[in-house]
Amino acid sequence: MAITNYESPMFEDVSIGDKLPELVKHPDTRQLVMYAGASQDFVAIHYDLNVAKEAGHPNVIIHGALKSAWLGELVTAWMGHQGRLLELDVSYRAIDFPGSPATCAGTVSDTRIEDEVGLVEIEIGLRNSEGEITTPGRALVSLPLRHASR
Amino acid sequence: MTSSSLSGDTVITEELRSFIGLESNPVTYDIERHAVERFACAIGDPNPIYTDREAAERTTHGSPVAPPTFFRSLLPGSYPKPYPEPFAHILDGGSKYRFNEDLKVGDQITVVRKIIDLFEKHGRMGTMLFKIAEISYTNQQGRLVATQTTTTITYGEGEKDDGVGDH
Repeated sequence: MAITNYESPMFEDVSIGDKLPELVKHPDTRQLVMYAGASQDFVAIHYDLNVAKEAGHPNVIIHGALKSAWLGELVTAWMGHQGRLLELDVSYRAIDFPGSPATCAGTVSDTRIEDEVGLVEIEIGLRNSEGEITTPGRALVSLPLRHASR
Repeated sequence: MTSSSLSGDTVITEELRSFIGLESNPVTYDIERHAVERFACAIGDPNPIYTDREAAERTTHGSPVAPPTFFRSLLPGSYPKPYPEPFAHILDGGSKYRFNEDLKVGDQITVVRKIIDLFEKHGRMGTMLFKIAEISYTNQQGRLVATQTTTTITYGEGEKDDGVGDH
């Protein structure tokens, strides 16, 4: 788990190509059940092994929305308490299973100032233990400016 | 091969098409502290702004907020008429969130879902129906706090999955 003090980077200190600290999750079936309850998503393929096997999977599958939540944590932990998450897009290209680590990673893809707000665009993705990005996405955040108006 | 995959045939009937633009019945939720705590705990996010009032007060948020994807737990209501789901199985294709302001503990959020597009594709799982829906989350002051645009894919025949047609 990434250790963070949630101190926001200043917009001026962020450059295209910067990597966010990776966030590694170790999901188990228990977490899927907790997420099912907390999110009210009771689709059985996420906790009932028989249902998952009938659908042709070796194990229950991780909720796509739980993977979104981890990618949200990746970005919000990095942007800190003064950053704001404005946009989060995630697409579920491949299924992930509990029992092996999932790594969330991000790379800054653009920085710009619009209406005196420092905006940072980040390419994000969740990688399975084989190194395949199953869940790509993007995020847009605002970060504090060292010089609030210029 | 199902008849729906023959050329010129479509699963998107006039009845299904009539759902494009139709709004779900609004549902209003109180954003409760314990629900937010349970959600933060379930996703495993230790950020104190979700659970620690004093820590949240020391930040620009001013008071505890919900994690960005907490909106996911605020289920939309049903449509004013029964949705004629043609398929049995469901896949979540993804979400696009737009956040305008914090979702705060104590807020009252009204949720409305609207289908904005329906289209089909033919692949190795046969015909698949893609549904693009926009869910709006409006607070007690009438301000649009966030939107979530979802892509839901349904396919296949047989016994219907739980929740198929509700997404």
